[in-house]
Amino acid sequence: MTTTAADAQKSGGIGKDLIVYVCLLALAGLQFVIAYQNIDVSQMFVRMLAVACVEAGLAELFFMHLWSEKRVFLWFVIIFTVSVLLGMQYGWTDSFRMVNGAPFSK
Amino acid sequence: MSQADLTMEGHSSGMTIGPVFSIPTKKLAMWLFIIADTMTFAACLVAYGFLRNGTPNWPRPFHSITNVALMTFILLTSSLTMLIGLRSARAGDKAGAFRWIMITTALGIVFALLHIREWIGLINEGMTLFKNPWGTGLFGASFFSITGLHLTHVTCGIIALIAVGVRYKGGRYNADDIEVLGLYWHFVDLVWMFVVPLVYLLNLTH
Repeated sequence: MTTTAADAQKSGGIGKDLIVYVCLLALAGLQFVIAYQNIDVSQMFVRMLAVACVEAGLAELFFMHLWSEKRVFLWFVIIFTVSVLLGMQYGWTDSFRMVNGAPFSK
Repeated sequence: MSQADLTMEGHSSGMTIGPVFSIPTKKLAMWLFIIADTMTFAACLVAYGFLRNGTPNWPRPFHSITNVALMTFILLTSSLTMLIGLRSARAGDKAGAFRWIMITTALGIVFALLHIREWIGLINEGMTLFKNPWGTGLFGASFFSITGLHLTHVTCGIIALIAVGVRYKGGRYNADDIEVLGLYWHFVDLVWMFVVPLVYLLNLTH
């Protein structure tokens, strides 16, 4: 473990962990509230995904102590993960083509 | 010249290389595994989204959120207990750290049992990998694949928690090893934050 991460853990105290835990519980609860809103599925999906991303960010930064690591490592994880995740989205046009039934169903 | 000679020569001329990103090797290996595993889960979830978007009669079989809410609460709480265990280990409280790791293990087991109970309930309603009474058979395949992959990770985590906890108590592992295991456990929790909305909440019966 790096000195900075270990120091941050020692100095942070359990209070910070509890605050993050309560925030995560609240955000998880918010997802359940969104599930019962009378909105379109696509809107629901976007809202839930946004909340999930915030939850994941909090968990990574504070529970997994990424915030206490060297900044270069933090940026490595963020840039590498986000770029690959974005790369996976190339197939969506095909999915919408399936919905619209074009061109093969015609 | 042998590899050993080359290494020695490198050391003597001040060419030693420190850990990448100034992170211990075990921890870096776990982070790289987590990044790779993120891609696995993301591929599954994107494929699921692709199918759900492109299938008109996608089933929405979940009537209640009680079970999944309870599972979410248990998994989030297990992340907190894991953190407390790590703090105890860093403070040198070996007994306390072992106790909190075992509490985390117990919460993981409860989560897995609730998950299996839910699976049995769905199977009893007629859902299999290839068919279900509500709509396209693809739903069962994607549901069991994604939740099954996650349940496999939880099960592996439970085994690892017991193994590392016992070895830590016996003095063979230290607080750094608990931190590395904690990274994995928090990752399992993190994945669940995406599985719940996409697989469960978007398929609630209104």
